[in-house]
Amino acid sequence: MTAKKFDITKLLAPMVLVILYGFFSVFGNNFFSTDYLINILDGSYYIGFMAIGVTFVIITGGIDLSLGTTMMCAALLGGMAYNSWHWPMGWCLALVLVVATLIGLLNGIMVAYMGLPPFIATLGTQMMGMGFGAIATKVQTMRYPTFGTADGWFKNFFYKTTTGFPIGVVWLAAFFIIALIILNKTRFGRYTYAIGSNAEAARLSGIQTKPWLAGVYTFCGFCCGAAGVFYAAVYTSIIPSTGNGQELLGIAGVVIGGTSMSGGTGTLVGTIIGVFVMSVLKQGLMSIGLQSHWQTFFTGLVVIGAVLLDQYRVKQGNKVVR
Amino acid sequence: MSDILLEMKHIQKFFPGVHALDNACLDVRYGEVHALIGENGAGKSTLMKVLNGIYKKDGGEIIYKGEEIELSGPLDAQKRGIGMIHQELNLMPHLTVAENIYIGKEPMFGGVFLDQKKANQAAKELLASMHLDIDPTLPVKKLTVAKQQMIEIAKALNNNSELFVMDEPTSPLTDTEIEELFRFIRQLRAAGRSIIYISHRLEELWRISDRITVMRDGQYVGTVNTADVTRQEIISMMVGRVIYEEPKQCSTVPKDSPVVLEAKNLNAPNVKNVSFELRKGEILGFAGLVGAGRTETMRALFGADVRMSGEVLVKGRKVEIHSPSDAVKNGIGYLSEDRKAFGIATGLSVRDNCVMADLKNYCAGPIMNDKKIDAIATEYISKISIKTPSLRQLVRNLSGGNQQKIVIAKWLIKKCDVLIFDEPTRGIDVGAKSEIYKLMNKLVEDGKSIIMISSEMPELLRMSDRIIVMSEGAITGELDICDATQTSVMTFATMNM
Repeated sequence: MTAKKFDITKLLAPMVLVILYGFFSVFGNNFFSTDYLINILDGSYYIGFMAIGVTFVIITGGIDLSLGTTMMCAALLGGMAYNSWHWPMGWCLALVLVVATLIGLLNGIMVAYMGLPPFIATLGTQMMGMGFGAIATKVQTMRYPTFGTADGWFKNFFYKTTTGFPIGVVWLAAFFIIALIILNKTRFGRYTYAIGSNAEAARLSGIQTKPWLAGVYTFCGFCCGAAGVFYAAVYTSIIPSTGNGQELLGIAGVVIGGTSMSGGTGTLVGTIIGVFVMSVLKQGLMSIGLQSHWQTFFTGLVVIGAVLLDQYRVKQGNKVVR
Repeated sequence: MSDILLEMKHIQKFFPGVHALDNACLDVRYGEVHALIGENGAGKSTLMKVLNGIYKKDGGEIIYKGEEIELSGPLDAQKRGIGMIHQELNLMPHLTVAENIYIGKEPMFGGVFLDQKKANQAAKELLASMHLDIDPTLPVKKLTVAKQQMIEIAKALNNNSELFVMDEPTSPLTDTEIEELFRFIRQLRAAGRSIIYISHRLEELWRISDRITVMRDGQYVGTVNTADVTRQEIISMMVGRVIYEEPKQCSTVPKDSPVVLEAKNLNAPNVKNVSFELRKGEILGFAGLVGAGRTETMRALFGADVRMSGEVLVKGRKVEIHSPSDAVKNGIGYLSEDRKAFGIATGLSVRDNCVMADLKNYCAGPIMNDKKIDAIATEYISKISIKTPSLRQLVRNLSGGNQQKIVIAKWLIKKCDVLIFDEPTRGIDVGAKSEIYKLMNKLVEDGKSIIMISSEMPELLRMSDRIIVMSEGAITGELDICDATQTSVMTFATMNM
């Protein structure tokens, strides 16, 4: 039998995070400070929620390209409910979640029941979401209430408390733990892995794979809704026809975290580390005076490195125990 | 209560162009190991897929535990206690042993949360009751194939299966693992469960089975008590009426016919120091059991897989083959055993497939010359009598035999002189088989040379001029067709084991 040997490759992603943070603390201008730490956290809320959702999808062997525009479309409609229809703030936020969840459900139905390739189905909803958000708002920027205004409580609730504490990180952590439990401790999570590992075997084992798979996409949609709420809380203004490209940040976070695009494996811990690697990189490069394009460039580099690492890991992992 | 657990009567199944099952019958008693045998394509797997609900039968009845049933799908079959141990194992490689066994019926607590401890504990007990020492928390992909198979059985056992269908369970196993499996099958039988056992390895039947049902060409031939028959009797039941011509008596290839292809000391995974020569106008048969390294040898020679060492000489000249395109440039064409995956593009038309390998010569610059393509495709369609309604017919709509001919046409158009046929008649029905044979004979008459890997003994004996036998990755014997018999080939094929 096997002795449980600790797999050193599992430590690589966290190590990269620590090394990056250390590197910028030494070379960056004032990087090792609460200000920068808060910046790092602020920029990672919405990406974090998207990445958590799409981790589930990628584990099933699928992909969701509609993350970014789903988030934006939902946030725009929420903003419209607030500005034009004068709904109470709480209802508006609920609407954001509902809209995104419905888009996720649509993805799920197309992938699981209509048999569309996930890439195509979610590419479709990506464009539809972007278009719809712009049409509904008549291409007007939607503004959420700011600090101190009547409904500004929601920023204090989700983003920063009146004392300046970054409360968003508590929400992200709480949601992360819930997602962790769902993925590892419930039937939903188990079947997510089972479908990604061998969907046909799962079906022959008596699992109704279609509703579970649709559920995974719906869950991912909900996560985009949550991302929308936090995006609104942090950035206040939602501009129509944006959001395109944000999905790649979410997916990049998952991939850096070691989840394989071919499905069956992956962890949420990896995902959240991946998200923070990107965030640290962004703020760190800023602190050494490089523009945001450098962030894009280096994120690309990190993604490729992470996938190379993943391939190595898969090779090691496939060795048979006698 | 009768002692019959399952009765399949006069089962019919049609596929486009093929009458796959014609009056297939099978009856299985409680607590017996019932072997189901027949040559490749006899319809065993099809019959089992009907029993598992994967295929709908087109006629006949299935009586299970005394009542007639209609199976709606694999789930239905499973619920009724029919457990399939598939040839290609159906496990989720990334999940653990316990997770695989309890998939679909996970122990829970609080209605929401998985009770992993309980699952592991139960799996451990289940495996212990099977006398298996496997850590239930290990991912399945970390186990050997033999152990994965045991996990499949454990899973079926956990489903309260009463009838186990094992499709070629021993083919990937080593001798000791087979012994282990047999011990376990006997244990199941002693517990009153029934097993349908499909195997190509005849000698196993007398070690494990109680009765044998023989199928041939989709039809029921007969059922016998294993103890009452000899191996020879079973073989004659399997082969039955003579659908194959007599074995070649002697080779007509002159002994001094020039060598067109020579392999020297090829080494690759599962290929050990393989050397051989192929002469002009010759069909060189490669015999051996599944996993003997024949396909690996040819793939290494063809450049499809990495070759670790060794040389290839074409017409006496040493050539560097690092990829299939190198091989094709040197006039070697490979016809894979898996046509659909490697041989043809099913979504393209007959004419496009024909010129696929040689497209460069049918283009003016970057533009395809349609007239020229139509002309050459028409020529070869009539030359090797491919039955297709039109040049633009999609290949996926043709029968297996015609698909195989298109692959042949492709290599002929590319002007390959050496053709490697890997199981040329697999999945092709009897009529089309003899056409492929005719075509192969015509090819060598025209001066081509053929290497043929085959697992069907009559095919080898009928077609080859010489037979090379492999076992465990090495050549164990070479037989001239005049000296080759089933027995002599089998003797070499089981050497080294």
